[in-house]
Amino acid sequence: MGGLLRAGVLGSAVVVFVGAIIFLAGNARSPANYRVFKGEPADLRTVGGVLRDGIALRGTGIMQLGLLLLIATPVARVAFSIFGFLKERDHLYAAVAAIVFVILLYSLFFS
Amino acid sequence: MNVLEFSLVVWGGSMLAGFLGALTGLGGGVVLVPMLTVLLGVDIRYAIGASLVSVIATSSGAAAAYVKEGFSNIRVGMFLEIATTLGALAGATLATHVSASAIATIFGCVLIGSAYVSRKPRSKEEREAPPDPLATKLRLNGGFPEDGAIREYNVRQVPAGWGLMFVAGTLSGLLGIGSGAMKVLAMDRAMKIPFKVSTTTSNFMIGVTAAASAGLYFARGYIDPGLSMPVMLGVLGGSFLGTRVLVKAETKWLRRVFALVIVVLGIEMLYQGLAGKI
Repeated sequence: MGGLLRAGVLGSAVVVFVGAIIFLAGNARSPANYRVFKGEPADLRTVGGVLRDGIALRGTGIMQLGLLLLIATPVARVAFSIFGFLKERDHLYAAVAAIVFVILLYSLFFS
Repeated sequence: MNVLEFSLVVWGGSMLAGFLGALTGLGGGVVLVPMLTVLLGVDIRYAIGASLVSVIATSSGAAAAYVKEGFSNIRVGMFLEIATTLGALAGATLATHVSASAIATIFGCVLIGSAYVSRKPRSKEEREAPPDPLATKLRLNGGFPEDGAIREYNVRQVPAGWGLMFVAGTLSGLLGIGSGAMKVLAMDRAMKIPFKVSTTTSNFMIGVTAAASAGLYFARGYIDPGLSMPVMLGVLGGSFLGTRVLVKAETKWLRRVFALVIVVLGIEMLYQGLAGKI
């Protein structure tokens, strides 16, 4: 389980890094302006949009994809621990982890 | 400043944030948010998005090492996480009805008071407390490696711990923070869990709590890839290094670093609450 988690984190970092190279290649000398909040454009705010941008090899899309993968790692951890507890025949904690997982899914998708 | 220079500065600061975060069980927001808003003039909403990324990166970066080292107590973390995620939902719902400034001010005072209380190590009587029946029933007691052997510990005051975690979760949902400080304090002070176990378990928990808020902030467009990229890469590196240091560090030094960081966080919260910036 630890190995899988490491792979996931490393994988998301690689994706972000690749996106960063493409992004910086095009934008390194542009002024950095984060003073005014404009909010991200629609294609960087939804999973579908991010995937499309990523496949189109846009730097920002690939970085955002890697960030989404990072956000998924704690969720995956909870899911894996359900199976870990089941394997140890710890039904009480498999249930505890499952409850946390359900609350997480609810907050991610329904609020 | 151009994008490259900006990215390098943010990356450097994020490494520090991740390093401190892995040592103290906090999410790195203490260093990151002021650095971004005060030093680099970043809008607070982008800073919150980046802070959320840093919390998850601290958590996942540290976890990649802790799972092997045997410090964090997964049962305690998972059991308390029910409280935090429910609290986060409550906090996010309450956000529109309650003055966040008032909450931040109170939180700031609580943190400063706690920094004072937590800087001293536990007394011998507290360390050798007998097992608590509820904790034993829930199999929360555990052990961790110390000086080449496994030191066992008992967990106390489970309902109080659970309640405090609910409050921590509510603060997370309300203020968009990881609440690692409160998690460590609850485990260390109320539940009498050894400091290194409290900080590593908090590291595990903050990622889960932050993930609950992340979806919402992502959809609102607060997470900018150009800004979050150096944050993520810096924090991951820093927290991985921080883990290595934590394993070898003496607990009394970790307590001092923690106390210092939460005093700074407390002052920050007080200032932002009183100035009406939250």
